[in-house]
Amino acid sequence: MSLPMRLSDALWRRPRVLLLLLLVPPLLWLGIVYLGSLFALLAQSFFSIDEFSGLINYEFTLRTYGELFRAANLDIILRTLVIAAAVTIAAAVIAFPIAFYAARYARGRWKALFYLGIMLPLWSSYLVKVYAWKLILAREGILNWLLETLHLDWLLAAYLSLPVLGGNSLSVSWTGTFLVFLYVWLPFMILPIQAALERIPPSMLEAAGDLGADRGQTLRYVILPLALPGIVAGSIFTFSLTLGDYIIPQIIGTSARMIGQAVYQFQGTAGNIPLAAAFAVVPIVIMGIYLTVARRLGAFDAL
Amino acid sequence: MHSDRASLGLKIAAIAGLLFLHLPILLIFVYAFTTEDTSYQWPPPGLTLRWFAVTWNRPDVWEALSLSIRVAAISTAIALLLGTLCAAAVARSRFFGRETVSLLVILPIALPGVITGISLRSAFNLAEIPFSFWTIVMGHATFCVVVVYNNAVARFRRTSGSLIEASMDLGATYFQTFRLVILPNIATALLAGGMLAFALSFDEVIVTTFTSGQQQTLPIWMLEELVRPRQRPVTNVVAMVVVLVTFLPILGAYYLTRGTDTVAGQGK
Repeated sequence: MSLPMRLSDALWRRPRVLLLLLLVPPLLWLGIVYLGSLFALLAQSFFSIDEFSGLINYEFTLRTYGELFRAANLDIILRTLVIAAAVTIAAAVIAFPIAFYAARYARGRWKALFYLGIMLPLWSSYLVKVYAWKLILAREGILNWLLETLHLDWLLAAYLSLPVLGGNSLSVSWTGTFLVFLYVWLPFMILPIQAALERIPPSMLEAAGDLGADRGQTLRYVILPLALPGIVAGSIFTFSLTLGDYIIPQIIGTSARMIGQAVYQFQGTAGNIPLAAAFAVVPIVIMGIYLTVARRLGAFDAL
Repeated sequence: MHSDRASLGLKIAAIAGLLFLHLPILLIFVYAFTTEDTSYQWPPPGLTLRWFAVTWNRPDVWEALSLSIRVAAISTAIALLLGTLCAAAVARSRFFGRETVSLLVILPIALPGVITGISLRSAFNLAEIPFSFWTIVMGHATFCVVVVYNNAVARFRRTSGSLIEASMDLGATYFQTFRLVILPNIATALLAGGMLAFALSFDEVIVTTFTSGQQQTLPIWMLEELVRPRQRPVTNVVAMVVVLVTFLPILGAYYLTRGTDTVAGQGK
């Protein structure tokens, strides 16, 4: 018998060995490159930085985590959470009609159009999308031009004078940051909702109608509860992606930082790796809690 | 539902949502032709093709493009290998820790990119690995595995196990079975997964800022221009070309997996 045949026979008799051979390369890569790095980072969060020399003090301490609770750092965390929650809620509201139409009414050519209409923005370049919004929100850009043409520029001026939401212009306001986040992550919300809606058997909706429910009641008592796992699954993406992003708030937004920016700056210009690592743990913990709750709600089946 | 027709309100909301997704990208196409070169003025004062020639003659753009393509090609190759192996293991058998393996594959894109980036960077520092082409590839391959894995695992589940048994009953070795039975069955899923992995790597910026050292991939080049705009017209042209280039693999992946029960690229 030739070598490949003998090898093949041996593997056939021992499927566990075959399984092991299949699993070892990917697990080695992900285990060493990814998990190894992740643990190396987490370990550093238990070190601290010497305030005088700026060098890392390699002794176990929880002091670095304590620094997270300073007012300035706590602000960063809360601010990021509020934005992430706002983006998630807005994305769910805008995504639902699109997903609903695509799942229940679009047929044939329209179905394909809707599918590509969601996939193309999802996959087109993240930076190009951010850049497009820089063009839109610029002072000399299309939004201001549109409002001036419609003689509505007083409305924008009034909005910009609002505290917190407003600012000198939309491109340096929280509203701008929020809009760009919403735009960039919206497709991530549409797809799981659509998947959940497509799984609802049409007979259930007919049953609801036969039992006398009108459109609104069917939506409220039948469709929404069944779509909830999809919404939660989508919210995992929008929430997590907003938590960790540092590029959007850096390009469009105020000078106040979000978690991603804090991580980036502490490890870069400030050279405070332990604090950067501790900050990186915050989204991991938040997403850990979020995923546990999502799992209870059945969101993983809707992914 | 009383009727099979959508209400007017739903139609308007759905179409408005799609327009919201597409109009900003279309705007990029107009800006690539504007004659204005110092601001983002709308409407464009005039239209010109001049910036295409200017961009064509920019060596830095070509270098960044070439680096991006090379990184994406190698990362995709690694991801194809690792993703297929992992999918084969998870789809074909039940074993202890199976859930953990799929979690491990998804983790690099489930956690924010900034965490993957800073982890890799500090690990490279600790191991004293200098930043190079290969450090970029290591980062990209790690999060590209999941895209290949998702496509491959869906196809493996649909491929009947009896096909493989029949092949081996007829005397084929594992290697022959893989080449003659399994590969033809999963080829289009792998191609689709590979295209999406390529698109993902080609576009990646967050992890790359941490793993690239001095080299500039195309997204890093764009990021520089976004933070400190120097060459607005050139940036406009590059942005338009990037949109067109990333559309091709997406359309390709769509046509390859059309009609199968799982959606390619779901959960980027």
